[in-house]
Amino acid sequence: MKMSKISKTIIYILLGIMALYFLSPFVYMLFTAFKTEAEAVAYPPKLFPAKWLWQNFADAWNAQPFGTFLWNSLLVTVGTTLGQVISCSLVAYGFARFNFKGKNVLFMVLLSTMMIPWDVTMIPQYMEFKMFGWINTLKPLIIPAWFGSAYYIFLMRQFLMGIPKDFEEAARIDGANAFQIYWKIFMPILKPSLILVGVLNMISVWNDYLGPLIFLQDRSKYTLALGLAAFKGVHETQIIPMLCITIIMIIPPIIIFIIAQKYIVEGTSGSIK
Amino acid sequence: MKQKRISRKAIPYLFILPWIIGFLVFTIGPLIFSLVMSFFDWPLAADPKFVGFGNYIEMFTSDKQFSKSLIISLKYAAIFVPLNMIIALFLAMLITQPVRGVKIFRTIFYIPTVISGVAVSILWGWILNGDYGVLNYLLSLLGIEGPKWLVDPAWAILAVIIASAFGVGSMMLIFYTDIKNIPIDVYEAATIDGANPARQFFSITLPIITPTILFNLITSIISSFQQVTLVMLLTGGGPLKSTYFYGLYTYNNAFKHHKLGYASANAWVMFLIILVLTALVFKSSSAWVFYESEAGGVAKKGKKSKRGGKR
Repeated sequence: MKMSKISKTIIYILLGIMALYFLSPFVYMLFTAFKTEAEAVAYPPKLFPAKWLWQNFADAWNAQPFGTFLWNSLLVTVGTTLGQVISCSLVAYGFARFNFKGKNVLFMVLLSTMMIPWDVTMIPQYMEFKMFGWINTLKPLIIPAWFGSAYYIFLMRQFLMGIPKDFEEAARIDGANAFQIYWKIFMPILKPSLILVGVLNMISVWNDYLGPLIFLQDRSKYTLALGLAAFKGVHETQIIPMLCITIIMIIPPIIIFIIAQKYIVEGTSGSIK
Repeated sequence: MKQKRISRKAIPYLFILPWIIGFLVFTIGPLIFSLVMSFFDWPLAADPKFVGFGNYIEMFTSDKQFSKSLIISLKYAAIFVPLNMIIALFLAMLITQPVRGVKIFRTIFYIPTVISGVAVSILWGWILNGDYGVLNYLLSLLGIEGPKWLVDPAWAILAVIIASAFGVGSMMLIFYTDIKNIPIDVYEAATIDGANPARQFFSITLPIITPTILFNLITSIISSFQQVTLVMLLTGGGPLKSTYFYGLYTYNNAFKHHKLGYASANAWVMFLIILVLTALVFKSSSAWVFYESEAGGVAKKGKKSKRGGKR
């Protein structure tokens, strides 16, 4: 389809305006993080700092045990991602490549669990984890991920459904059992889907606030998101350190997203079909 | 031999076993237990006491905050859901235009969705600050005196809506992938017939994507009722409880006031409201959603024929 110069110009103007809305808060935050506290609340505000204070980031980082928070966030992110990728691929493989009694009913049940708001299950879950002695540990944040999650299973199952049936026939003739077929043949094919689920999970766990808020109590157990929110509660009047930590916290998911963008766009396309 | 056949039958169940265990322990178990708890007076530190429908009666008769919070959440959903969908669709239409460099804009529009609600609330709390916030400064350049967004009860809910609209990218991406799949020759035929772009949008694009609109409508109704993080950190439910969303009300009843039974009843009412709203939307959908299998496959035959089968 050919476009006239005028309509192209209009499209670029609209794209530019929208990009300004989404980008300018970040850019402005980035510049402000290098300012002094007085500059940050000055009126009228200036875009650039008078002097670029790199020290702001180090000061903010050392104001609280953010190293510990970062470590906890990494543990939870890596632990849940491993769990989701392994458990969801197993379950998705079971639903996509076998016929068994009750399959359709069970799959409907799986889909309908996506409708249940977390508000309903969070209180009994809290009591359950308390009974297990898991409160104030990272376990309630990590272990449930090892039992799969409906949305990710659904995504992987959609992907697996698209692979022709004769794929495992050849392997079965060679004498491989079901788990060998899953592991050796399907895991490599499943790679785009594994990356998609891994990335979606990493981003959502890294960003999660309510889970850590409910299950963790000691500061030494806090994740970065929880640490930052607590920091906000204490240092409400100091803007600079808050912005510095916010910047540090949002960089990893942005980088991961930009690298894995292709998989997210394709995965979204697969999931609504 | 017989034993081998049995074990082969068990194999599929072994694959789905992780989910079955998780479903029992982390989903259906807690779901049933939560329903049971909603009939109890259940303090965190003392023994539970059975109260029958007491919690539900209290909610609908003496607890004024219940209906207030419910109305706030309904109001938020009523403004936010359509607004978010219109912006998402507008952005999706923009990034499907055949101009160079459009993928960079797709990335830019999506980036805010990968950022923590904690970070979003800090960012917007700072931008919307009534004293030194940059938004009011920009408004003042236009000669408008900006409101005290987070301190004025009349404006706080709008502040929450502005901050949540920042995450419109995920819905945009869903619209985008759907619009991308519409074959180009449909538009070419329409252009030859003399249909202008606006006409093409309303009589080709919009009808084709109605199933996706339905999907987005339902998921965003559900998520707007569950909105907690942003209000908790941006406004704390204030000022004067003007943004005391239903999700926050439930959370505080459970973990701040330690009324676990009462909060369970709150959560179940929310669940039922979501189910009723979803059912209503589904019911209405037969009037406005077009599946190509019914429409005689006007547009997307072949290319997306999978769709009908998987639904």
